[in-house]
Amino acid sequence: MKYQSQAVAKPYFVAAIALFVAQVLFGLIMGIQYVVGDFLFPAIPFNVARMVHTNALIVWLLMGFMGAAYYLVPEEAERELHAPKLAIATFWIFLVAAALTVLGYLLVPYAKLAEMTGNDVLPTMGREFLEQPTITKIGIVLVALSFLYNLSMTFLKGRKTAISSVLLLGLWGLAIFFLFSFVNPDNLVRDKFYWWWVVHLWVEGVWELIMGAILAFVLIKVTGVDREVIDKWLYVIITLTLVTGIIGTGHHYYWIGTPGYWQVWGSVFSALEPIPFFAMTLFAFNMVNRRRRNHPNRAATLWALGTGVMAFLGAGVWGFLHTLSPVNYYTHGTQITPSHGHLAFYGAYAMVVLTMISYVWPKLNGREANGNRSQVLEMWGFWVMTISMTFIALFLTAAGILQVWLQRMGANPLPFMEVQEQLALFYWLRVIAGVAFFAGLLAYITSFFKGVEGSPEYRPLAQEASA
Amino acid sequence: MRSTFSTTTARNIFYGGALFSFLLFLALTFHTESALPQRDARALLEANPQVAVGKRVWEENNCIGCHTLLGEGAYFAPELGNVYKRRGPEFIKAWIKAQPTGTPGRRQMPQFNLTEEELDALVEFLRYASEIDTNGWPPNIEG
Ligand code: HEM
Ligand code: HEM
Ligand SMILES: [Fe+2]
Repeated sequence: MKYQSQAVAKPYFVAAIALFVAQVLFGLIMGIQYVVGDFLFPAIPFNVARMVHTNALIVWLLMGFMGAAYYLVPEEAERELHAPKLAIATFWIFLVAAALTVLGYLLVPYAKLAEMTGNDVLPTMGREFLEQPTITKIGIVLVALSFLYNLSMTFLKGRKTAISSVLLLGLWGLAIFFLFSFVNPDNLVRDKFYWWWVVHLWVEGVWELIMGAILAFVLIKVTGVDREVIDKWLYVIITLTLVTGIIGTGHHYYWIGTPGYWQVWGSVFSALEPIPFFAMTLFAFNMVNRRRRNHPNRAATLWALGTGVMAFLGAGVWGFLHTLSPVNYYTHGTQITPSHGHLAFYGAYAMVVLTMISYVWPKLNGREANGNRSQVLEMWGFWVMTISMTFIALFLTAAGILQVWLQRMGANPLPFMEVQEQLALFYWLRVIAGVAFFAGLLAYITSFFKGVEGSPEYRPLAQEASA
Repeated sequence: MRSTFSTTTARNIFYGGALFSFLLFLALTFHTESALPQRDARALLEANPQVAVGKRVWEENNCIGCHTLLGEGAYFAPELGNVYKRRGPEFIKAWIKAQPTGTPGRRQMPQFNLTEEELDALVEFLRYASEIDTNGWPPNIEG
């Protein structure tokens, strides 16, 4: 850690991991409800568990991005953060708002929560991923403004690198597109149309800029490769991202009432979206192969390579699988969708946050890398989580193919609920893979408590500097 | 030959490409907005204030947390964009009132305690949704 104020990243990372645990626990509850329908009913109905699961995911990823940015921007700008105390205050406001919102989901009926928070004044609730009460949404905007102010000031006053420019551009984009969560026309088609400006333009647009910047930062650190080379890659990748991804939004405009030409625009452009993900994989491997040093943090290098591969698999390959409109006609809204959703969110955004934490956490604790025991355990966590998630996606893909066949093809289509019963085997397998995922997460977390154990080559940073 | 592809060039291509794509997307958006009146069943929405009320009932009970609507939402319970055509208004109201079924092991839908007006509004909203021109999706009535 070069600048004291980078330490504000710490609470963000701790909260991110804690929310990750909560997210997965609620995922397991839903996984069980898929096969034992009345599990925990009526205490936790499926829709409540789902809100907690997906909102916890979004908040922990945002916490992760914020922690990453508070560490990265000062280091790139070569100066202290503009207002470290503000960053800490913002953290607590965000955490308390998130906690209150989740308690609201769990403790009162959703309709009651809507009434209590005045949803009728500016109705924004009750849409997928955007279930938060309107006041929580306003809180998120304020938190984002404080965060962006702090980082932009730091950026403007310091050294401006390609990495920090791209990161800030992505973060500003994240905040700006979130404003569309306040757009909720009574016209269902228009509601859906602009809803995707948050969801799609996040994950297949501006978030990829954030991901590219974080990955580039960590790769520079662990490989020692020349910045000039990495910068050029970064710009090429994000050009491909936005040129394919913005018009690629059209792959959500096939069947929601929008004109038929979106089937052409959406299919063509989104079919090209895997290219930037593939470029990111090549980038990661290329940089590691050209490395100028063997960084002692092998776990961070593994995470960085893993992110490249899994983002390409989850977003690129699994996305391509159902993105052409003739295919999507059959798969739209089946289990194929969450199979891709899981692998993509994990492979791209969960993993890039874990990559950053892996690299930064030892630094924040005054060492170049964790000890051997800790790293081995962390790498176990990496493999168990990554393999389990791959299996979750495979089981859901199998379920989805069968669902399409039974419900949407053939001469005697079966009703939804009957089809679901026939998929039970795959849902059980998904629960098993989910439990394995949780075990991997526990191994990962345990690694944090092993710190410097069992490491012959461990030397604190201060010592290294004076050596 | 010297490499002419510098970081500055890459950066400029990025800004140009991103701007161009976004403007093209905006143009398509404008066109879509102008084409929607022929497709989005807005006549029903404008003629009957119950539709908007029904949408609010839909949202404030988080129906999307279990169901899909035009294929978007959760995948735990049946598609409802075409439920008006699949089941009809009376079935829908009776069904919502009868929840939860309490059948052991079966997926459960909560009891939302909706008033008769809310139920009627919800049905009107689902009727409106079923009239949207979705380019022939879903493939069949089962959704
Ligand atoms: C990291 C990047 C990505 C993430 C995190 C992601 C995540 C998701 C999620 C969560 C959904 C479900 C949305 C809903 O609930 O309605 C979804 C839908 C979809 N995604 Fe992605 N995605 C990514 C990239 C891609 C790419 C690159 C493609 C295409 C090549 C793609 C194609 C699709 C399609 C076609 C759907 C609609 C599925 C349907 O019709 O039901 N995605 N994505
Ligand atoms: C033990 C592991 C997990 C289990 C059992 C699980 C289970 C589930 C279930 C049952 C749903 C609801 C699907 C539906 O609407 O019918 C869901 C949604 C979702 N989960 Fe998970 N989950 C797990 C872990 C994760 C992780 C680690 C991530 C991301 C890093 C994730 C991201 C998502 C997303 C993005 C959705 C919404 C998907 C969509 O709309 O297509 N889940 N999960
Ligand atoms: Fe998309």
